[in-house]
Amino acid sequence: MTGWLARRLAQMIIVVFGVVTLAFLFAYIVPGNPARLVAGPNASPEAVASIARQLGLDRPLWSQYVSYVGRLAHGNLGVSFALQGRSVSGEIWHALPYTVLLAIGGVIWEIALGIPIGIAAAYRPRSIMDRFSTLGALVGLSAPPFWLGLMLLYYLGYKLTLFPLSGTGHPLIWYLILPTFTLGVGGAAWYSRMVRTTMLEVLRSPYIEFARLKGMPERTILLRHALRHVLTPVITMLGMDLGYFLGGVLIIESVFGLPGVGQLAYSAIDTLDIPMITGTVLVAAVFMVVMSFVVDVAYTLVDPRVRLSRR
Amino acid sequence: MTAPLDQHLPDPAAVPSEAVSDPELIAAGLAAEPTLTQPGLGRRTLESLRRDPVALISVLVVVCLAIVAIFAPELAPYNPLHAFPNGLAADGAPVHPDSTFLLGTDPNGRDVLSRMIFGARVSLLVGVVATGLASIIGIIIGGIAGYAGGVTESILMRLTDVVLSFPILLFCIALIAITGPNTRNVVLVIAFGYWTYLARIVRGLVLSLKEREFVTAARTLGVSHAKILRRHILPHLVPAIIVYSTLGVATSILIEASLSYLGIGVPIPQASWGQMISQGQEYFQTAPWLLIAPGVALIITVLAFNLAGDWLTDLLDPATAEIGR
Repeated sequence: MTGWLARRLAQMIIVVFGVVTLAFLFAYIVPGNPARLVAGPNASPEAVASIARQLGLDRPLWSQYVSYVGRLAHGNLGVSFALQGRSVSGEIWHALPYTVLLAIGGVIWEIALGIPIGIAAAYRPRSIMDRFSTLGALVGLSAPPFWLGLMLLYYLGYKLTLFPLSGTGHPLIWYLILPTFTLGVGGAAWYSRMVRTTMLEVLRSPYIEFARLKGMPERTILLRHALRHVLTPVITMLGMDLGYFLGGVLIIESVFGLPGVGQLAYSAIDTLDIPMITGTVLVAAVFMVVMSFVVDVAYTLVDPRVRLSRR
Repeated sequence: MTAPLDQHLPDPAAVPSEAVSDPELIAAGLAAEPTLTQPGLGRRTLESLRRDPVALISVLVVVCLAIVAIFAPELAPYNPLHAFPNGLAADGAPVHPDSTFLLGTDPNGRDVLSRMIFGARVSLLVGVVATGLASIIGIIIGGIAGYAGGVTESILMRLTDVVLSFPILLFCIALIAITGPNTRNVVLVIAFGYWTYLARIVRGLVLSLKEREFVTAARTLGVSHAKILRRHILPHLVPAIIVYSTLGVATSILIEASLSYLGIGVPIPQASWGQMISQGQEYFQTAPWLLIAPGVALIITVLAFNLAGDWLTDLLDPATAEIGR
């Protein structure tokens, strides 16, 4: 177990290093001169050269890489090109609360919709309920989130005036219901199908047969015995989704006008604000790597079968 | 949804024809190497389409889309880029659907139906080419990693993990921002983000295939590694690659639409569904068709590819088809 944990940790560190390197290369392969972008279109060649020196762009690639990693180790993601003098990490830090709330809300919708629908579908396979939930899941998986968000905004926000249109305000939760739902509905569709499939598989196993033979009611079998087995993979996926959402769900944030990390990345594209783009992408990737590590460890701790196989 | 992609699809390690119940097919399978050319597959395809109306409809939708995409210039009633003088009402608003413009016009006075048809071309082109490229990269990297093992495998799979760590849409957006938005870059960027899923699947398959007797036999006979990979292992990967590529087309189309919606995908004035939605959102109260038409087209397309992929899984991989029944 300790050996496995050490190997897994080493693996995570290697991947984080790879992510950092790739993010650095992103910034490096950008066509055009970043110094010119900082200086502005009307700057003289001398001014551009001086800014290039300031930013260290005249130094060789490896030397730039070393100082990039060195700065990262101090939590410094560089200075935004577009927002004069503001630090990228500071901007991300301010945007993070919205993204965190959005991510948690999205995951809550995934559980609240996905698991009950999956159980209901598995309760009577091939029933009307099952077919409806399968159809719903497929549409939920296939609908582009930005389109779904716009539809919800129009019908529930504009026509029925049930929800505020976009942006933020008080109470904040009111402004988060539609975005989190849009975010969670695709995942909920996944979960409902997965819960159904896993549940049907579990329901065929001998111990469930035994419970049935004892005369246990089907409802108890489903909720007490079968659900347990379904929850482990669901928790794994939830962890991964949370990591993914925390990276900033750009589309949702831009449809609903939420000032989160994704929105930050999006507005950085227009201005070709390279430090901001690489910074947000880097943060997103690190969230993913760390969450997948946490999930792996949690999984190992929770499930004795996995624990034994990884000794 | 990136996380679940490779976790919850049926185990692709099973090779076709192992769980066929029809005695005739078993006989046929004994006579021939179980690959796609196996006799009876054509008949089995028709038979399963006849039994499964949902699959039939989704396959028909995919075929229709392909026809629309290929013959877009012939099928479209008008030039998708032409702004009609009578395409805008007196107050400058888009024209409602009528007998001249079946799906109305957009805020520039262009025919929405024609733009939808050319949009199908863009979606399918980007989806198919990007997935094709991703499959090639995925097969090469996953195949070599699974077959070689050891340090090569570690390096290639860590590389895959690194790319996989970036949320795919954000990854594509960052790359597009840096390389500049045009159709070629959209295709390359999606392929560069998506190959990781296929690499993982292919690696898993190759890991189990290389332990099989026919590989050992070929090795004993002195067949080179490259030839074993190409001639003996690759044919066994075909069913899984077809299935995951079909699902990949759906994902790629959604990514393309998202990029175009954000204004960094297929460049204007070329028609694409994502861009049409983005343009239409401001006119939703007065011209809802601008938003509904491309949205519904996207849902139907992605749904059809997803369902066709599910059906192919059942058809090409009978060993796992029983799950969920």
